[in-house]
Amino acid sequence: MTDMTRRQLMRHGSWFGAAVVLVVSGGAVYSKVAGDDHADPIPDDATLRFVQLSDSHLGFKGPANTDVAGSFSRAIAQVNALPHRPDFVVHTGDLTHLATPAQFDQVKQMMTTLKTGKVLTVPGEHDSVDDAGQKYRQAFGAGTRGDGWYSFDAGGVHFIGLVNTLHLQRLGHLGNDQIDFVRKDVAGLGSDTPIVVFSHIPLFALYPNWGWGTDDALQMLSLLRRFSSVTCLNGHIHQLFTKTEGNVTFHSATTTAYPLPSPGQGPAPAPVTLPAGRLKHALGIREVGYVKGRRTLALRERELA
Amino acid sequence: MPPMSMPATTPGGQAAPSAPVAGNAVQIKNFGFTPAVLTVRAGTTVTWTNGDEDPHTVSATGGPFHSKTLTDGATFRYTFAKPGRYAYLCTIHPFMRGTVVVTG
Repeated sequence: MTDMTRRQLMRHGSWFGAAVVLVVSGGAVYSKVAGDDHADPIPDDATLRFVQLSDSHLGFKGPANTDVAGSFSRAIAQVNALPHRPDFVVHTGDLTHLATPAQFDQVKQMMTTLKTGKVLTVPGEHDSVDDAGQKYRQAFGAGTRGDGWYSFDAGGVHFIGLVNTLHLQRLGHLGNDQIDFVRKDVAGLGSDTPIVVFSHIPLFALYPNWGWGTDDALQMLSLLRRFSSVTCLNGHIHQLFTKTEGNVTFHSATTTAYPLPSPGQGPAPAPVTLPAGRLKHALGIREVGYVKGRRTLALRERELA
Repeated sequence: MPPMSMPATTPGGQAAPSAPVAGNAVQIKNFGFTPAVLTVRAGTTVTWTNGDEDPHTVSATGGPFHSKTLTDGATFRYTFAKPGRYAYLCTIHPFMRGTVVVTG
């Protein structure tokens, strides 16, 4: 077992009991909700499979990762080498470090090389540092509504992409317009429709002192309470983390750029420089699969190859 | 004298600064503004310097000033003409909060 997976197990065990089991096999970490006894979380007959990438920070310069573009290239190559071509790839924000036009150009061009049916994004706060997300929406906002939110259906699952990195006052924020959008968006759906929500900042109070939460997330989640399966996928914290609350399971993804400290460890959520050779173990990609009839989506975390 | 107690005066005999901190500089370090509350007289130009690797901004919650994104070592200056209490934050890391109190 690698140090990374040992840390994850400790984190899961000490924070939230044994709600989620991580199984390590062949260098991949499988995360699944306890009671789901399938050996392979994403079997060949999956009706839908997609990949989540996050927090690539194109333009970052620092000792924590002196080549974030190279790391992102390797992540893309890893996606392209997966045995099953993903139906789509979603990037959950902080595509860029400083939201410059050059950084948006670079990350957009790199993502055109992904072998997948569709590429989706949600913005991080680094993608909207100085213009409330205008440059982000110019680059990635086609077909979205409001500040960049959207929804779609695929493989029997309803997906919602949310923007919670604008109008910040300590924590992530959705705003009433976006919550109204969700209310209308799910109104006609049957309660057995699996729901998957993308956002950059966690939609639960992971560590509010560092801004790792969303102040009005509960209003939005209350609209999803009647659904039997809700999965929220986020980035922002640059580390794996999973929590289940009632019908909702939250999965924080790791990063393709550099790690951040565990919540509350140290004075600030500043980039962590690992000993030589350890960085790639902190970076990774996430595969997600859905098999019709199962209540939960299956996740497979892969360290950067 | 216990080692942690502060001397009442400096070796030169001048009174030590009393809280809130005076001066006209704010350091941005470890995702925080130091001092968190700065008191200046009207007409003072305050300088913020980012000492973090991460980018930050200095943005008044009420609106009068809003820096560009400050990268490592970058500075932002603003001259406070009117007395008042000016709260500000970093828009990228909004848990970072500071206040400038401007006296007449």
